Amino acid sequence: MDGALIRMATDPRSPTVAVGLQGSCCSGCAVTAYPAEDACPRCGGPAEPAVLQGTGRLWTWTVQRYAPKSPPYQAPPGGFVPFALGYVELVEGVRVAAVLEVDDLDDVRIGMPLTVTAGHGVPRARPTTPGEEGS
Amino acid sequence: MSTDVLICGAGRTPFGRSEASGRQLAVGAVNAALADAGIEWSRVRAAFGGSDSAGLADTLVAQLGLTGVPFINVKNGCATGGSALVSAVNAIRSGMADVVLAVGFDKHPRGAFDPRPEDWGLGAEYGSDGLMVTTQFFGMKIQRYMYDHGITPRTLALVAEKAYRNGGLTPEAWRRKPVSAEEVLESGMVSDPLTRYMFCSPGAGAAALVLCSPEAARSLDGPPVALRSAAVRTRRFGSFEVFSPWIPGGQLTSVSRDASAAAFEEAGIGPGDVDVCQLQDTESGAEVMHMAECGFCEDGEQERLIASGVTEIGGTLPVNTDGGCIANGEPIGASGLRQVYEIVQQLRGRAGERQVPGEPRVGFTHVYGAPGVSACTVLSR
Repeated sequence: MDGALIRMATDPRSPTVAVGLQGSCCSGCAVTAYPAEDACPRCGGPAEPAVLQGTGRLWTWTVQRYAPKSPPYQAPPGGFVPFALGYVELVEGVRVAAVLEVDDLDDVRIGMPLTVTAGHGVPRARPTTPGEEGS
Repeated sequence: MSTDVLICGAGRTPFGRSEASGRQLAVGAVNAALADAGIEWSRVRAAFGGSDSAGLADTLVAQLGLTGVPFINVKNGCATGGSALVSAVNAIRSGMADVVLAVGFDKHPRGAFDPRPEDWGLGAEYGSDGLMVTTQFFGMKIQRYMYDHGITPRTLALVAEKAYRNGGLTPEAWRRKPVSAEEVLESGMVSDPLTRYMFCSPGAGAAALVLCSPEAARSLDGPPVALRSAAVRTRRFGSFEVFSPWIPGGQLTSVSRDASAAAFEEAGIGPGDVDVCQLQDTESGAEVMHMAECGFCEDGEQERLIASGVTEIGGTLPVNTDGGCIANGEPIGASGLRQVYEIVQQLRGRAGERQVPGEPRVGFTHVYGAPGVSACTVLSR
């Protein structure tokens, strides 16, 4: 299973699959930030790049029920459809804003296990499948 | 103890949609405040004011009179009015001036505010992917709060129902028709768990105050209200704010908690001494959370307090007696001074149909806004 995940992550045909979230971590106070910051937002000290695992649980959420103003919003090719978004509390402790890729908006619950991936746009989170947990 | 500052005049315009420009509304509010204090513009020795998107306050001298008065522009988001007020207080306490004007005004286009990612230090993808929407933040903050503290959607609806009821008692309010809690719940989900009628709308309006030193106030007619304290704070690390790509783990900090605590400390009294208050109610959830953040209850107690009518005009802690932002709309630069205007009316016993019974003596105001700023005042008669 681990081998399959690594192959997925390096597959050049799938530019949006999990490549890890490029965050940063302060060596002084251990605050993790996403996206990466040059300086720690808490103490102002230097922050080192850190790749975040991406696994965590949903901390809070909402649903965008109407099309945001455009621009800046760019609706997908099929037009706007309501989507869920939230903050996922990663195992590193940081809560990352992400669009939630769920099949049914009614299934969204605080505490649900999610895996966050970074691609071309904002981070996206989808329900963690049992095989991924602990990887 | 620092020099007392007294509010001798308060004025506001109707809030809502207006044919008038933001500057014209500001002139109207200033003239109302001057008339309330019983003074001419020429008596004002310093002025502070601003708007978020309706122009520069210092240009108002063209309409008010070219007296040479020092007029400082303030631009501080939702704390614009509060920051103008703090500046006015400091001008009096420092001896710069004995009669000072504070004015806030605004006029916004219809619909939600329209922020640009680059202005907030964010990548363009946060705009193109649909995360630059203010209502999402409000939905997500109260969503977590409800989960942690057992607040129900019914309580959010009761807050809005009260706002429209109080708006109906306020001649200058925008939303003056009663709306039942059931109608609020069924008005259409905007950003779960918040429905359409739980939100305030951007609008137009202006409010102004005349502040005086004790010596200057003695020469004026009318009952002054003492401004016991005014405090502005920005966020500390660990707060949850709009347009944040991430927030730190652990217990949240609150700029409203910090600003209100500073205001109470300076005034030398506590939340339990307050007879009437104005809390930022950008939407229903904000009023619920700000009750606790400003020290008026413990987290979760709102569920029982609101259902039992404590925050109604006849309750033990009336909140947003003029209908707040939900019924008045949100002209960003004006909201903070509208709140003070309302408390001044309540403490003077001039609030008409919405007058809090029992001759309230102590009032409190609180604004909160992006990107994590809060301004609070404590007033007494």
